[in-house]
Amino acid sequence: MEPLEITEKNDVVVRFSGDSGDGMQLVGNIFSTVSATVGNSISTFPDFPADIRAPQGSLTGVSGFQVHIGSEQVFTPGDLCDVLVAMNAAALKTQYRYAKSGATIIIDTNAFSPADLKKAEFQTDDYLGEMNINPDHVVACPLTQMVKDCLADSGMDPKSILKCRNMFALGLVCWLFDRDLDIAYNYIKDKFAKKPDIADANIKVIQAGYNYGHNTHSSAVGVHRIETKNKVPGRYMDITGNKATAYGLIAAAEKAGLKLYLGSYPITPATDILHELSKHKSLGVTTVQCEDEIAGCSSALGASFAGALAVTSTSGPGICLKSEAINLAVIMELPLVVIDVQRGGPATGLPTKSEQTDLLQVLFGRNGESPLPVIAATSPTDCFDAAYQACKIALEHMTPVVLLTDGYIANGSGALKLPQLDQYPTINPPYVPEQLKETWTPYMRTNNGTRYWAIPGREGFEHILGGLEKDCNTGAISTNPENHDLMTRLRKQKIENIDVPDLEVIGDKDDADLLIVGFGGTYGHLRAVLEELRNQGQKVAQAHFKYISPLPKNTADVMKRYKKVVVAEQNMGQLASYLRMKIDGFVPYQYNLVNGQPFVVSELAKSFSNMINDN
Amino acid sequence: MEAKDYKKGQPRWCPGCGDHFFLASLHKAMAELGIAPKDIAVISGIGCSSRLPHYMATYGMNTIHGRAAAIATGCKIANPNLAVWQISGDGDGLAIGGNHFIHANRRNININMILLNNRIYGLTKGQYSPTSPRGFVSKSSPYGTVEDPFRPAELCFGARGHFFARAVATDAPGTVEILKAAYNHKGSAVCEILQNCVIFNNGTHDSVYSKEGRAKNAIYLRHGEKMIFGENNEFGIAQDGFGLKIVSSDDPSVLVHDAHCADNTLQLKLAEMEAPFPIALGVIRDVEAPTYDDCIISQIEEVKEQKKYHNFAELLETNDIWTVE
Repeated sequence: MEPLEITEKNDVVVRFSGDSGDGMQLVGNIFSTVSATVGNSISTFPDFPADIRAPQGSLTGVSGFQVHIGSEQVFTPGDLCDVLVAMNAAALKTQYRYAKSGATIIIDTNAFSPADLKKAEFQTDDYLGEMNINPDHVVACPLTQMVKDCLADSGMDPKSILKCRNMFALGLVCWLFDRDLDIAYNYIKDKFAKKPDIADANIKVIQAGYNYGHNTHSSAVGVHRIETKNKVPGRYMDITGNKATAYGLIAAAEKAGLKLYLGSYPITPATDILHELSKHKSLGVTTVQCEDEIAGCSSALGASFAGALAVTSTSGPGICLKSEAINLAVIMELPLVVIDVQRGGPATGLPTKSEQTDLLQVLFGRNGESPLPVIAATSPTDCFDAAYQACKIALEHMTPVVLLTDGYIANGSGALKLPQLDQYPTINPPYVPEQLKETWTPYMRTNNGTRYWAIPGREGFEHILGGLEKDCNTGAISTNPENHDLMTRLRKQKIENIDVPDLEVIGDKDDADLLIVGFGGTYGHLRAVLEELRNQGQKVAQAHFKYISPLPKNTADVMKRYKKVVVAEQNMGQLASYLRMKIDGFVPYQYNLVNGQPFVVSELAKSFSNMINDN
Repeated sequence: MEAKDYKKGQPRWCPGCGDHFFLASLHKAMAELGIAPKDIAVISGIGCSSRLPHYMATYGMNTIHGRAAAIATGCKIANPNLAVWQISGDGDGLAIGGNHFIHANRRNININMILLNNRIYGLTKGQYSPTSPRGFVSKSSPYGTVEDPFRPAELCFGARGHFFARAVATDAPGTVEILKAAYNHKGSAVCEILQNCVIFNNGTHDSVYSKEGRAKNAIYLRHGEKMIFGENNEFGIAQDGFGLKIVSSDDPSVLVHDAHCADNTLQLKLAEMEAPFPIALGVIRDVEAPTYDDCIISQIEEVKEQKKYHNFAELLETNDIWTVE
């Protein structure tokens, strides 16, 4: 056997794909964790079908998990992969489009029987030829057979044995990237702590996959090592955007000293927030799975009135239903955090795919003049900070706040440096001071225009709120024209008074030919294209919106500083039109894509180059 | 505490509206129960009757159409120490808010759910409601409705409700009695108040609206007491196969009311009586069952005992953590 040749690489993208029952998300997660544990930067993207279990082996049932690992910071899960694992014919058929030319393709030859090929709609048995795949780049291994052989003496039934196929692929990929198997073993032992037999079988199969790679290392592949540079020391965990959102809410409730209440209704892709918070009763978290979206929001508003940190979580269709109750929170001036994990629309749209198409809905989709703060998280790990800030603003400014995330960052994961709560800003709601007891009325305001909060149970502050306009002095129902105009302005001013951080410009701040602008979950892709274009010698800068309402105070200044600005977003131009509305004479280029998939960095780079060269 | 301690403002309802009578009874019931105004939240939806919180010196909210039960649910769960009274009309509670009505009953949230039933939409000036009888002529049904109404008790029981009581708005003692019983019942407690709309549905509950009418056409049900009615208590209610019949009050087969019976079959029969039977008033069903708010609190306490993490820092440590040196 030849000695192993190990090549160093800066970054690599691996895509695991198979039937939705093949456990691709699990091995993807394990591989990410193994890589992150050695200090690599990671960014992941699970891409699963809308159906829970489409027919086995069918094209619609293919589930994918892509992970980008890098020696330095990676910003996206990568456009195309360097290694594609295809556990069956349908996976090869649908996922090969995500492979770079020359990528290593790992297939299970046992899953390419004539019946499998037919289900995957191949015309002949020369499936590689049909897809123009160079056989030299293919590791074709009889994976299923080897798993069966490996566990022949285990006493497991055939069905359980087949469930371990994914672990063989994991072992093989771990070999490919010279990964320490002990980390994977520990993961497996934890996951199957109550089923040691299953843990042992999985570990045996991982080892078998690793050995297979080691023993056969064909010409198609060699071992790659991703070293870690520019490490930021600290303790880390892998976290998805939805989990980070849940953690941000828990942290904010603890900091504010309030009970956390979530009223919700299951909806893809937001449900994991409900799942996560429901686990943590030992922290006093109360979650109520309501009868509908409306009740999710309404009950949260009731909880807010009663003095809790109240949250409701949903996706776009749920926002439609919650709008009336959100508006009630606007006029009653009660704190409420509304989480919108955006997905493809309109209507039911593309439930498992990602878009940024709810921006104008959350800004303006309510009757009357109804201003509220909108924050958009920029990455899976940023969901933690964004959720914390959303709670802080809601509680301190007595207003509903919408936190926008999206299916892409909600399901994607990144390495979160463990947050230290004592380093986070304090949260101080404007509780009405006891000494105001004699003079207080419900719409009396603090210096920054915020209504005081009088929580039921306090003697002397009994009051009635409601959806009807109130007199600004007495708090009684009022239809007085001057009063309504004044209250409308006070509610607007209150939101405008909220302090948000200035927009930060990175890249060629002083002399960029193009400023790249986006909001929320596209941060990583736009950051990656910034690096790409600068590597090509272009002068570019980036400004990314996390705070959308109110806008950062320097927004107009930044937008007007550059001769060309492109607003790139996964919708038909919602941020661009909002900015045009807010900034006189602002005419940006637009890059709009609504295909339910993450941006592709190379396509962005090409398009932005054209804008730079456009006279 | 006195009734005036719960009063605020000047009600704007039409003269003679049933809401005036009910409001006075609510003030009285609260005073008799002696709950401090600071510990009460009165939560309504939209409609004439939903203006009620504005006339309360307690905490409260006059919210949006149909959502009072959902808002009251969150309020009670977040602060179980509050006495929560949800006020809705028949449109607010059973049409646009029907879903929340049934689910609040199913969950058995410890709130008092007042249903002011005048069988009409008053605030929007006279359309038929989900409790208007078939054929009802209104502005939106000039040729009569072609749909059957909900019967609130049936809906409550169908949603597995554990408390249902009924009173006539003009009958202050009867109203105060069921309001106090509703408060003392742990769990969702539905009180149907039969009330008149003088403008758009005048006379809808005429048969029982006056004291004399009730003597003739109503029966007061009290747990453990014989079901006797009539101007001179001359009649009684007895079982007749799977149904009911009217018998002489001295007939040995006259039933004794059992509001605590878990099986609601007979209670439903009683609640749905209409002429020639008397209309049943009083507490028709009052059965103990675990409440959602109690259970959610005890579950939190149990999990706190079981789990080893009790703050955010400890939560973080439950994850797979790695250290970058």
